[in-house]
Order: sequence, then C-alpha cells, then structure tokens
Amino acid sequence: MSFVEYGDTIKDGDTAIVFLGHESMFPVKVQHGSVTQTKYGVIRHSTDLIGKKYGSKVTCSKGGWVFILHPTPELWTMNLPHRTQILYSTDISIITMMLELKPGSIVCESGTGSGSLSHALIRTVAPTGHLYTVEFHQQRAEKAREEFREHGVEHLVTVTNQDVCKNGFGVSSIADAVFLDIPSPWEAIGHAKSALKAEGGRICSFSPCIEQVQRTCLALEESGFTEINTLEILLRVYNVRTVSLQIPDLGRAAEDNSSPGFDSSSPSPQGSSCANLQPGTVQFKSGVPLREVVGHTGYLTFATKSLL
Amino acid sequence: MEGGPSARIREGDCAVLKRDEVFKAVSVLRRRKIIFEKQWFYLDNAIGHIYGTTFEVTSGGNLQPKQEVEETSTETKEAGTDNRNIVDDGKSQKLTHDDIKALKDKGIKGQEIVQQLIENSTTFRDKTEFAQDKYIKKKKKKYEAVITVVKPSTRILSTMYYAREPGKINHLRYDTLAQMLTLGNIHAGNKMIVMETCAGLVLGAVMERMGGYGSIIQMYPGGGPVRAATSCFGFPKPFFDNLHEFPLSKVQSLLSGTFSTETLPAEPEENTLVEEESNGLSEEKQSSLQEAEEEPAPEAPMDINPTEEQDTMDISAEDVEFKENKEKENKENVREKQMKQWERRKKLQEAAALLREKNADGLIVASKFHPTPLLLSLLEFVAPSRPFVVYCQYKEPLLECYTKLRERGGVINLKLSETWLRNYQVLPDRSHPKLTMSGGGGYLLSGITVVLEKDKSDSSNPEALKMEEPSSKRCKLQDLPC
Repeated sequence: MSFVEYGDTIKDGDTAIVFLGHESMFPVKVQHGSVTQTKYGVIRHSTDLIGKKYGSKVTCSKGGWVFILHPTPELWTMNLPHRTQILYSTDISIITMMLELKPGSIVCESGTGSGSLSHALIRTVAPTGHLYTVEFHQQRAEKAREEFREHGVEHLVTVTNQDVCKNGFGVSSIADAVFLDIPSPWEAIGHAKSALKAEGGRICSFSPCIEQVQRTCLALEESGFTEINTLEILLRVYNVRTVSLQIPDLGRAAEDNSSPGFDSSSPSPQGSSCANLQPGTVQFKSGVPLREVVGHTGYLTFATKSLL
Repeated sequence: MEGGPSARIREGDCAVLKRDEVFKAVSVLRRRKIIFEKQWFYLDNAIGHIYGTTFEVTSGGNLQPKQEVEETSTETKEAGTDNRNIVDDGKSQKLTHDDIKALKDKGIKGQEIVQQLIENSTTFRDKTEFAQDKYIKKKKKKYEAVITVVKPSTRILSTMYYAREPGKINHLRYDTLAQMLTLGNIHAGNKMIVMETCAGLVLGAVMERMGGYGSIIQMYPGGGPVRAATSCFGFPKPFFDNLHEFPLSKVQSLLSGTFSTETLPAEPEENTLVEEESNGLSEEKQSSLQEAEEEPAPEAPMDINPTEEQDTMDISAEDVEFKENKEKENKENVREKQMKQWERRKKLQEAAALLREKNADGLIVASKFHPTPLLLSLLEFVAPSRPFVVYCQYKEPLLECYTKLRERGGVINLKLSETWLRNYQVLPDRSHPKLTMSGGGGYLLSGITVVLEKDKSDSSNPEALKMEEPSSKRCKLQDLPC
C-alpha cells in the first residue's frame, strides 16, 4: 500500500480504512499482533487483515462485519485526525484542476495544517513531481512529516517549519503552482511569486472572509499576476428516497372511482420495499437534499504569473 | 513530463487562443488564416515566443507581442458623485459611427480610439469614478484586441468546451469534471476504464492526470472512439502507447466468454466522422462548435491526399506501365488492408486481455447513454476497493442507477451529488457575486467497489442494506405513509 500506488493485499504497516457503513469509518494502522475494537467486535490484524484483499468483508468477533478499504487521499480527508480546520475534497478538486496539477508538477503549499490537501497534491504530482509544504507550527510540521513517512510518500514531499510570510517557501523559481491557506495570504504573495518558475505558473489562495480576498486580489495585482479570478464551490449531496404522496380526497362520488383523473397508485415500482402500498397514493423516487448542508467553506482566488 | 523545455510555441503545436474569457483551440501552422472573435490573423509571428505571451493584431493579420504600457491615469481625475444630472439623450458621444469607422480604417491603435471616445463623451466627467472605470473597460474590450496564446490544459479546454459547445460534452461543467478526477482518484500508474461521449474531453483529462503512466481502456459506442477534444491537449506520443480502446458492443460477449475478434466493428475513421456530424446537427451553436473541433482534425485527411495525388500523376506520366502499376497497387492495397485489420485485431485482443483481468483501478462514465446498464456491466472489470464515478446530465437516471447498484451489491459509500459554482467580482468597494451563474453542470454518482459475494444475493441482502443506512433512517422510511 501507498497513497500513490494501489496494492491488492493488506500488508503489515499499511494504513487501511475500516468501513462500518454509511460514512462511518476510521483509519487503522495494520500491525502484526495488534487488535482494533469496533462496535461489531474485535478485528485481529494478524488473522483478519494481513494477507487479505483490499475491499474484503471482514467478520468481527461479535459476528458483525466491516469492509477494509485501500487508503486514498479522499478517504484520508474524511478520516484524518484534525489538528486544524481542513479542506475537503470538493474544494480540493477544483484547486487541483485550476492549478493545472499533473504528474511532474512542482507545488508549494502553506500551511500544511492537517495535511488534507497535501495528500491530494502528492497523489496528483507523483511519481516525478514534488510538494514543498511550509508550516509555521512546529508540532504540526513534525506530525505531518510522520504521516507522510507512514503513508509511503515522504520522497515526494518536503516539510519546512518556518513562517511563509516572513521566510517564504525555501525554494525559488521552481514551482508550477502555489497554494496558500493562511490568515494573511497577501503577505505571502511576493514569496509565492519568487517560488514560481520564471516562465510563469498558477497560484491559489483560500480565504473564508471577503475582506481577506480583497486584500489578496490587490496584492496579486500589484505583483503583476493576471487572470485573477475568485470563485466558490458548494457541494450538494442528495439522499435517494422512495416517496409516497397521498391523493387528497376531494369527495369524489363513490361510483366515479374507476377514473381517478390520473394514473395514481397503479404503477407498482419494481423492487419497491413498500409492500403496503395503499390505493390513493403516488409513489416516486426522489433525490432529497440533506436538511442542513455546508453553505460556505472559503473563497478560492486563482491567478496566473505571466512571464515578464 | 511535459512543460520544461517545450514552454515555447512551436510549429505544429496544439495551442489555445484567449481573449478575455473566450478560448479557442487551434493548431499552430504557418500561413494559416485564423478567425477568432471577429478578427483574422496568422500565427506565424507567435512561433518561438513563450506560452502565455499576449499579442496585438496589427494590419495584415500579423501578431505583435504587446508592450507593457504605463496607464496614463495619473492626470487630474475629474468625476461626479452621482448620476442625478446625467440624462440619456443619446447625444453624449460626439463621434459618429462613421467617425469611429474612419479611425479604425486608418489603422489607429485601439488604445487611441478609446482615448478619443473618452474625450468626445460629454458625460464622462460627470460619471462617478466607478462608472468611468466601467466605461473604459467596456471600450477597451471592444477596441483593444489582444490575444494571448496559452498551453492547453484540462482547466482551459473544459472551460472552453462548457462555454462554446456544452452540447458536445453533455453539459459537463468544468467543476463537475474536476470532482470526477478527484473522486476517481485518478493518478499516475492507474489502470482506468473510461466510457465517455464527451468528445474525448474526459479521456484527455484522465490522460493529463496520469501523465503517461499506467493504462487506459476507453470503451466506445459505434465504430470508434471520438477524440476530437483529446487531440486539443497536444499530448506527447508516448501518452498514447498505453491507451487502448474496446467496443461497447463486445462487452457482453467478453463477460460471457464468447468474445472473438472475428467480427470487428466498422472502420473507426468513417464512423467517427458520422458521429461528429450527427452530433453537430443537434447542436445549437453549431458554427462555433466546428471552429474549435475541426481544426485539429484536418491533419489526417491532408496527410493522405498529397500522396494520392502524387501517385496518380506518376501513373499518367508512364502510360505503358499503367496497368501493371494498377494491379500492383491493388495488391498492395489489399495487403495494406489486411495489415490494418490484423493490427486492429491485435489491439482489440490486447484491450480484451486487459479487461479480462478484472482488476481495473477505477471506472469513469460520462455519456449520453443511460448509466445503469453501463455500470452494471463495466463494474465487473473493476478490482475491489476502487472508486467509480458516473456523470449524468440528469438526476433521475442516477436515482435508478443508485437503486440498481444497491440491489446488485459489491459497492459501498454510494453518493449522489452536484456542485454549485459561483464566481465573484472582487474590486475595491465593489465586491459581489457575479450577476450570472450556471444553472446546472450535471450530477455525479460515486462509490467504492468491494468484493462481491456470489451467494449473498438473497439471504444477507437485508443486512447489507441495514449496514449502509443507519437504523433511524430506515425507520423514517417505513414511517412514510406508503
């Protein structure tokens, strides 16, 4: 296993995802002799995990079962230990595309935070690209290094513990793209520009507040960046439901019920779990939005460094 | 992989022209007239410059790198505070239509025309500073024609396609495509199955993310895969070494074990053209569509024609050997045809062998077809614990697909989703969401494959459902008045 390369079987030292059902999952470090407790009972790594195929159903001690999944940056994002607020896959996907990342790209990032975006960036630029990530919080930087080691991607990333606004990214004229997720990105624009290649590159800054965006846009313009563009992306998830709506009783005469006006209840949907389908209802499948959804994560400002 | 030394515009490159927010994909050829945004020009002078260079169109359709000009905005600025005394009498601009045309015909620079328009506007000084700004911007857009030549990328091509010919890509918005690439964990080294009818845009996006590492099997309907958009990316040749294709019409026989290469589908080239045409007819913006799509295409026919012409000329010159030559040619043609067919069979066998391993690292579907049968069949070729993503322009087919996949089993973490994209204007004291936003960019159904147990179909199915849905939700479902 590695976060940048699929493997078929679970091995000692792997990070695997235990899937309990309906978005309930957690990561586990696979170790000989180790055990993991779940609500379905105990999983014994040596016998239940090691040597099994990723995607297998594993029966726990109480008879319940779970699936063991191969780690991906997306699953990691959903399960990682938070040390900071993190970026989720919806924002990550547009960042990756708009920064034009691909195998071989050199990327600078700050701050590293909990490493949610970092894993996705590393996945995309591997095997020939590199991520230079800067985190001013020493403990977080250390923890990120440790995770990258565990996940088999340390050769693709350099973690530097310094203040990006004061000291920059520690590299110059080598990056294809720069990403900023810091409280005052406008203070790092100059460093971002010098980290980017001479022939140009792309930059992205993530900020929750519009005032931050305004200052960033001004700084970008002053530094000669072009194609400055701010956007926001929102995810809407739908629950798939079979819904029945009752036909109101408008006091139709009893003898008239042979022609109910429109085709009600008659189309019995195949595979419907509702056996007690009553007359006078209409049933249909619907994608129902969740009751409460994320309304705002942050504004994403993109720009291009053009050659001078 | 790419980039680096090839940062300069070279003859034969696939490039994208950009003017403001409008893009157009072209191939860079000498003495080839290009029409873009109501202007015509030649790209000859762009060759040798670095990608990202901005050019001005000069007389005779030549391009000239734009000089960075210092804005002469430091002169004493006069501006009003509100518009209470500005009356729209249609007479504020002292220059007439003909005057402006005369200026243009004289070949006067756009910048100067804008300056003249400002000087001859009686209301300009009374406008607020913001309104003046807006006025200048609008006029600049019209009269200062600058074109930037940029390197193609998924970002640029997917934005271009969505704006210019959304019908060709089933209205797949670029942020939705971005989601697909991420949800599908597309990266170097994967063995991917791609089924798309998006002109090859989705294929190109997957190829870009894989950087030439790993393999892709493109499933195609009809006689051959459509790759008009793929060719706009200008991928290096090695990227195509591990790109395979397999006809959809052979999937069932491959799954049942009766597959053979004896009956090949019709020649790819012919069918591709037919497909293109029929697509074009149903398209609202057909003209702009062809502009972008057909330009890279002519290379193939043009390569063939000159040699044929030469052949016929040779023959007419040597009349005596005419018949002999003709026979030889026929024999050669037959042999060539056989070679071609043999080649195609071999390629088909390779693709079939790759699929038979049933260990693909992911499945991407974005087509005009109903997704359910595609998913139910193609998922057979995917290894367990791998992501799959299906795009559909409409939500309803994905609702059905969701239900059918649940019945089939072997998938978890099913999610039906959509993204909204909002663009912002950010200017000092004038920041707000842009006035218009896209109404819809399609829907995605994504999930992860798991080991499919053959015997589980009936007995343990309820348990599987229970596992996917928390008990509280199931109760709610049953509580519904049904």
